[in-house]
Amino acid sequence: MQTAQTLSSRSAPPSRKRNVSFAWLGVVPFFLFAALFLILPSGILLVGAVQDKQGNFTLANFAGMFKGVSLGLVAAPSQANLLGLTFPLPFTVDFQSNSMINAYILSIQVSVVTAFLGGVIGFLLAYAAVLGGLPKFVRSALLTFSGVASYFSGVPLAFAFIATLGRLGFVTVLIRNIFGFDLYMTGFSVLSLLGLVLTYTYFQFPLMVLVITPALDGLKREWREASENLGASAFEYWRHVAFPIILPSLLGTMILLFGNSFGAVATAYALTGGNFQLATILIFRQIRGEVLQDPGLGYAVAVGMIVVMALSLGLYYWLQRRSERWLRR
Amino acid sequence: MKRIPLFPWILIFLGFLYFFLPLIGTLDFSLRLVKDQITLEAYKNVVTSARFQNTFTYSFIMALWTIVAATLLVTPTVYWVHLKLPHLRPIVEFITLLTYVVPAIILVFGLIRIYSRPPLSLLESEIGSDFLLVMGYVSLALPAMYRSVDAGLRAIDVRTLTEAAQSLGAGWRTILLDVIFPNLRVALLSGAFVTFAMVIGEFTIATFLARPAFGPYMANLGQTRPYESTALTIISLALTWACIGMMQLLGRGAQGQIAGTR
Repeated sequence: MQTAQTLSSRSAPPSRKRNVSFAWLGVVPFFLFAALFLILPSGILLVGAVQDKQGNFTLANFAGMFKGVSLGLVAAPSQANLLGLTFPLPFTVDFQSNSMINAYILSIQVSVVTAFLGGVIGFLLAYAAVLGGLPKFVRSALLTFSGVASYFSGVPLAFAFIATLGRLGFVTVLIRNIFGFDLYMTGFSVLSLLGLVLTYTYFQFPLMVLVITPALDGLKREWREASENLGASAFEYWRHVAFPIILPSLLGTMILLFGNSFGAVATAYALTGGNFQLATILIFRQIRGEVLQDPGLGYAVAVGMIVVMALSLGLYYWLQRRSERWLRR
Repeated sequence: MKRIPLFPWILIFLGFLYFFLPLIGTLDFSLRLVKDQITLEAYKNVVTSARFQNTFTYSFIMALWTIVAATLLVTPTVYWVHLKLPHLRPIVEFITLLTYVVPAIILVFGLIRIYSRPPLSLLESEIGSDFLLVMGYVSLALPAMYRSVDAGLRAIDVRTLTEAAQSLGAGWRTILLDVIFPNLRVALLSGAFVTFAMVIGEFTIATFLARPAFGPYMANLGQTRPYESTALTIISLALTWACIGMMQLLGRGAQGQIAGTR
């Protein structure tokens, strides 16, 4: 019986109507590929993350990631350090320096800052090119360059920034020769966190330009005229009309940029040689067998990254749905 | 009333400064191998080195395989979903998004774990490792390829074309190769260029599968030969530029890369 079915499925052109449809056979290769090279690899990490060395089920690996963290929201005021800027916090959060969770915190900090920076820069550039009353060629040049720059990443990008902002870099030397001022005397280094942020932002902002330009194109002239007729100032028009319309796609793109930076490893590795304990660098070194004697802990860190990425993608879709619903009204 | 838009000009100027300074800096650096002289010596050293030629050829071939595999995997699937299984579209789309959720470093971590031990010990042979590398690259290229082909198929009336071909007596091979493929030529070419730009200098997956690829070679060179490595940067940027330029010539515009090979 089963052989008969397999045979008929192989010989029957799927177009002809049968009692049982074999149309699904056409997508088998794709799903097989996805299972073998996307789902299975992630799945095996999840399995590894919930096993101890003997192969028994455990959640100790995830607990291990939080080892040394005392999230005792003590009412004592403290300061949070975000890329050199300090912010006052109303409570004390205490992280032990070797805790895995620190890698996440650093990764998330870098990703949030570069997503925000890239988002703002990209938005301002698109705004200037679309609504700034500049000649047409500026806009097409900007889009072309953004298209290229968004692919310029990884190892070559890191080299480019070392050649530009390194100790003997082009800009460093230029500033020294023109202004007689040494960037590196201020404590700046391209190999520092700030250097990493500047480098990441290079592949972040073009993406925002590419996404937000069509959205700005979609702002109808009539809306502005209507607001002006009703006595709105330019600021009020932006505050109450234009900005709310583009805000969801602005935020949505920033979330994509967040993930873009969160999963990045080649750029950071080539730039700093793995000095910074980003989550991706931690996994990089884990695969090499340099850190973490405990393999289960490595899997847990990897699974944690997948969770962060999945959450950010979910948030993105939620925002998109909201913006669509808003536009339909 | 008409005034010079000073503020927008300043913004654009600063933006282009940010864009171009690293490129100028790299170009300048790559020309200074010999002290107090502008020279192409670094480029000459790179291009004539056997390691460069071998790794570049290797990555080039792997990129071509990736394009072939991604095309063969994505095109029939998306076509079939358009034609027969529209209810599967969200699932297929979801799978292409998994690439975003699982960054390259995580993907290769999982790949190593599965395929370095029985029953699927692909990594024990050279050809198996190459195969795995191409499959990893296909995963990276999946979203771009899918978007490209999906947009291409939306632009043509798949159902009518298929039924017209069928009523003229065409078989499935004829329909796919002589009717659908030619209509998708632009979409496929643009997907191919994006894929090429993404994987030619890919570092993470190639490193951990221990492949003699261009990306790891570049990273390696950076630690010992600063001038040669910036020359290499310019070369690889020119390649990217050519690929994206071809894509824009094809009229697809630039989509920008999300996740992938950072």
